[in-house]
Amino acid sequence: MSLLEVENLRVTFDTEAGAVEAVRGVSFSLGRERLGIVGESGSGKTMTGRSVLRLIRPPGRIAADRMTFDGQDLLRASERQMRALRGKRIAMVMQDPKYSLNPVMKVGAQLTEGLRRRDRLGANEARRRAITALEAVQIRDPERVMHAYPHELSGGMGQRVMIAMMLIPGPDLLIADEPTSALDVTVQAEVLSILDALVKDRGMGLIFISHDLRLVGRFCDRILVMYAGRVVEELEAANLMQAEHPYTRGLLNCLPRIGGTRGALPSLDRNADWAV
Amino acid sequence: MSLIEIQNLSVTFDAKGRAVHAVRDVSLSVPARESFGLVGESGSGKSTILRAICGLAPISAGSIRIAGEAVRDPRGKAFARRVQMVFQDPYASLHPRHTIDRTLSEPLAIHGIGKADARVVQALDDVSLDRSFRFRYPHQLSGGQRQRVAIARALMLEPEILLLDEPTSALDASVQAETLNLLARLRDERGLTFLMVSHDLAVIDHMCDRLLVMQHGQAVEELTRDDLAAARMQTDYARALFDASADRMLEG
Ligand SMILES: Nc1ncnc2c1ncn2[C@@H]1O[C@H](COP(=O)(O)OP(=O)(O)OP(=O)(O)O)[C@@H](O)[C@H]1O
Ligand SMILES: Nc1ncnc2c1ncn2[C@@H]1O[C@H](COP(=O)(O)OP(=O)(O)OP(=O)(O)O)[C@@H](O)[C@H]1O
Ligand SMILES: [Mg+2]
Ligand SMILES: [Mg+2]
Repeated sequence: MSLLEVENLRVTFDTEAGAVEAVRGVSFSLGRERLGIVGESGSGKTMTGRSVLRLIRPPGRIAADRMTFDGQDLLRASERQMRALRGKRIAMVMQDPKYSLNPVMKVGAQLTEGLRRRDRLGANEARRRAITALEAVQIRDPERVMHAYPHELSGGMGQRVMIAMMLIPGPDLLIADEPTSALDVTVQAEVLSILDALVKDRGMGLIFISHDLRLVGRFCDRILVMYAGRVVEELEAANLMQAEHPYTRGLLNCLPRIGGTRGALPSLDRNADWAV
Repeated sequence: MSLIEIQNLSVTFDAKGRAVHAVRDVSLSVPARESFGLVGESGSGKSTILRAICGLAPISAGSIRIAGEAVRDPRGKAFARRVQMVFQDPYASLHPRHTIDRTLSEPLAIHGIGKADARVVQALDDVSLDRSFRFRYPHQLSGGQRQRVAIARALMLEPEILLLDEPTSALDASVQAETLNLLARLRDERGLTFLMVSHDLAVIDHMCDRLLVMQHGQAVEELTRDDLAAARMQTDYARALFDASADRMLEG
């Protein structure tokens, strides 16, 4: 049985200028695997991820034919049941990590909060676990970072703190929204290997939202390609280079490459039909 | 003489009595109309160098000169006309309760520049944002849309120097290509000078003439674009960075 089933998901924002349909009928299912979501900026990737946690703020509205996690109906779950799922069983690494961390609370306190409250660990044990988690994501001086406030971290450190925080409770499903976009390739490789091990060894399900095609192609099992609120193509990651949809093919063409020409990069000729 | 000249720069933060040596003795210079890249380990001090140029980080040693003149504290209006920065964290750098329209037109008002309306519309077009976004707030945009607003804002004052911190790291390949093409076109048309940070070596290679590899607050190695393309690096760290680059992996 799948871990997560989403059928015909829609997210709509009522704005003064009319309704904005951010997600328009997205369906997918996820097992204990790595599912990549790529797609145009503004195509609804983040809103799809947030919908699973029902974290769409009004005036945004979620509608779906079906949305179940581990047999539980997410559309009908009470707010209390959702709170029990969030963080503990379904975790999300947000796209703007420094914005999602509490700005007036030290990193260490944020990392240990759940361990102390939920898992009832003592201060020392919680601290030890937090430092181990920071070391795992390649933070150079975890002691200093424990005492730092979010604004004292670099962009990539903020991302890694967020990842460490989300992984501490051992979730069954991790939704990672551009989790490594600020990381250099060597640190990125370490972080990906942690995620990989969780999927392989613990059977965690992973939704990996990224604009980095090369990365998703290598790292994920399956890929959804989104355009204007819809999934326009679904493929095995290994077949990314054989993508058929003109949007996906166009994306692959506009990447710069080391040693490439410095002329203008090919840009996409967006076809109005893709959004239909 | 180079347009941007940084000599033996050190930046030390005081985190409650603990000194954090974010940048240690780094020198670089960027001639006018050239583009210079900063790459390297996460946390190695790349953003701090850009922030120091703008007067937003505590310089503990060394000097920063723009067109031969040492920067002054505070940086002031003339500096803002000349040098603009696109921050790594667009969410934090956009005012949450200002509409995009206000964010883009405010610099014009401060500097007494007219035709705000036409300029705002043009700026949105430049970064491929639909005009319907004009009266939205930052939280009503996607991550990549916010990043494009931040780029548009930096261009409003038509600066001569752009400091770009991961300007396309939140953008998909197609919007990244459009944004890089826009930056390159403006550089040609207006003779701009760029100092840019990216973790994507292919982006740096595409945009920059030279680059500096950083690790742990220090400069590891400076490379020309040709050195990079031919994999002529001297240090282990620069080579590891090159080898691990996802580039070429798909075509493989
Ligand atoms: N509060 C809101 N009101 C109106 N429209 C919104 C709101 N929040 C998001 N949107 C719109 O919904 C669409 C989808 O946004 P989403 O954040 O899911 O995009 P994304 O695919 O994650 O893009 P990116 O890669 O740029 O992060 C965007 O066009 C965005 O402008
Ligand atoms: N306000 C501050 N107070 C204390 N330390 C800080 C502050 N700002 C940055 N630092 C520290 O300075 C170091 C360099 O940070 P910087 O943001 O320059 O890194 P970076 O190279 O841009 O990294 P990334 O690629 O992850 O964005 C980090 O260790 C960071 O924690
Ligand atoms: Mg997003
Ligand atoms: Mg940075």
